[in-house]
Amino acid sequence: MEKKVRVLIAKPGLNGHDRGAKVVARGLAEEGMEVIYAGLWNTPEQIVETAIQEDVDVIGLSILSGAHDVLVPEVLRILKERGINNVIVVVGGTIPLEDIKFLKDHGVKEVFLPGTPIADIAKFIKQIIHKAE
Amino acid sequence: MVLKQIELERKERERARKGLERKNRFETLSGIGVKQFYKPEDIKNLSYEKDLGDPGHYPFTRGIYETMYRGKLWTIRMFSGFGSPIETNSRWKDLIAHGETGLSCAFDYPTLLGYDSDDPLARGEVGRCGVSVSCIKDMEDLWSGIPIGKVTVNYTINTPAIYVLACHFALAEAQGYSLTDVSGTTQNDMLKEFIGQKSYRFPPEPHINIVIDIIKFCVKNAPRWHPISVSGYHIREAGATPIQELAWTIMNGITYIEKCIEARLNIDDVASTFSFFFACGDNFFEEIAKFRAARRMWAKIMRERFNVVKPRAWILRFHTQTAGHTLTYQYPELNIVRVAIQALAAILGGTQSLHTNSFDEAICVPTEKAAKIATLTQRIIAHETGVADVIDPLGGSYYIEWLTNEMEERAWSEIERIERMGGVVECIKNGYFLIEIAKSANEYRRKIEKKEIEKVGVNILQPAELKYDFKPLKVPLELEDERRKLLNEFRRNRDQQKVNYILDKLRKTAEKNDHLFPVVFEAVKAKATLGEVMYVFEEVYGKYREPAIF
Repeated sequence: MEKKVRVLIAKPGLNGHDRGAKVVARGLAEEGMEVIYAGLWNTPEQIVETAIQEDVDVIGLSILSGAHDVLVPEVLRILKERGINNVIVVVGGTIPLEDIKFLKDHGVKEVFLPGTPIADIAKFIKQIIHKAE
Repeated sequence: MVLKQIELERKERERARKGLERKNRFETLSGIGVKQFYKPEDIKNLSYEKDLGDPGHYPFTRGIYETMYRGKLWTIRMFSGFGSPIETNSRWKDLIAHGETGLSCAFDYPTLLGYDSDDPLARGEVGRCGVSVSCIKDMEDLWSGIPIGKVTVNYTINTPAIYVLACHFALAEAQGYSLTDVSGTTQNDMLKEFIGQKSYRFPPEPHINIVIDIIKFCVKNAPRWHPISVSGYHIREAGATPIQELAWTIMNGITYIEKCIEARLNIDDVASTFSFFFACGDNFFEEIAKFRAARRMWAKIMRERFNVVKPRAWILRFHTQTAGHTLTYQYPELNIVRVAIQALAAILGGTQSLHTNSFDEAICVPTEKAAKIATLTQRIIAHETGVADVIDPLGGSYYIEWLTNEMEERAWSEIERIERMGGVVECIKNGYFLIEIAKSANEYRRKIEKKEIEKVGVNILQPAELKYDFKPLKVPLELEDERRKLLNEFRRNRDQQKVNYILDKLRKTAEKNDHLFPVVFEAVKAKATLGEVMYVFEEVYGKYREPAIF
């Protein structure tokens, strides 16, 4: 049997808009992935720690407070610092188009904007993980 | 794309020719099935006197005032705040100059959770989606040049509401106003924080105690202040249906009234100061019916369940905000149209004040131009359309009256269900609300993906590429350094011993479960910061984390 993709969905920072994170978490679970929802108010350190403990393939960060330019690079920096290079990071939320390149330059694999169907997110994740294997 | 659209049109025409309809089932966003049309038999039990009444009369279905907008237009109250208090102050002045008649303050996340802007946890979020306020000096800057006793303000503040309100009162006193004259609103609704907005910090019980503590202080000292705005908006935005929004908000209102009774407050006085806050989403008639049902339900509850005597205490006065989750990233300018239609529904539903969202809000915090368009949208409805000239113009429509009854009936049964489960606090703790919201939000997502709910630009008529021609507003990170300096300066210029003494007194007061507001009032005047006060509470009450349900 094919190993299930393990995904950590987390909300970094203090932002409480958790609708998107939860809908994506549930949607990816319906798509057959193993989803861990880290809940609210995670620091970048806690997110990386949970990702390591849960041995995930993917970290999905949801931000709607405009703090993506600080918190997302911070997660990527800590991953690198801890020597983790087999976990991909994707981002969702209210991210202006202008910031997408900035996030990708820091190592984010994809930014999913509002209105993206879950199937598209699932397809992207499966493809990239399949490629890595 | 074009061919696909032409093909769809052709199929529809063919089906219609055969007498078939566009969909197998037509339903509202709450999932209420709706018929082709409605007629007298659908509302045959409706009694004008008992179920509607004239505007300004029990059960207030048609509106809470006799003259409604013929007397005074609704308050144009734009939810606004970003960056530093000085920047927000200048946006406020600009909005007032563009026809805004009441203020509404948006705070950033650190402030909403009660952290100073130099707290390590605030990193990256200072001033980002609201104004950053950490001390009385910030409140002074926020109000600079605006007469605090003459403009009403709504503070969307909950966890640290006690601190912000104490600052407001201190400022009003310093400007020479008596607290008995100061008017405005603190949202101060913690129950919905656990259900929707998620800016709680302590367990439900201490949070509720602080809510009641604030109400107690206001009823006695600032009777024109609305100490609480029972809010369905965030519940809805988190994913709830209109019926869940209606039922849970009313149920939260009942819970607060019960807590006030336990605290031996005079319910006639307390209930006269209550206000409510709802969202207005995409389904036009469902929203109007929701507002009408809400008024009728609250009037019945206050009069029949709590035996309140003052008619002023029977009325459900409410603020409306057009629903943020309905805005689309695709073709953002089209959001101007969505907002205008939602605003019209809120006005036909008899709202007392209204915030209209800016078209760019799916992308960033409102830019100046977008905020002006949103404000002036209300002016067009107010001055150009004639809808404000006749009260409850849809009253008596077979469909609206049927739908109002339907919303009310379904909301009552949801309220009974919660009461059977032990009430709101129990349902917060056992995860009921989180489970139900997750279900509703997922269902909405599923219906959009299956095109059972259609959104232009999202699942039909999508743009070839995502683009927009404005520059998103971005609050610069340098603000964090500025704020750190300001707070250092503020803390240097105060009597630290006095601050320590008062924070210690506050801790003891919290431990003994005594009246907190007067002590917080003292703390504000002694220049204790927001974060300092809230950490004292955290030490006493502990932190709360919700179960990870999705």
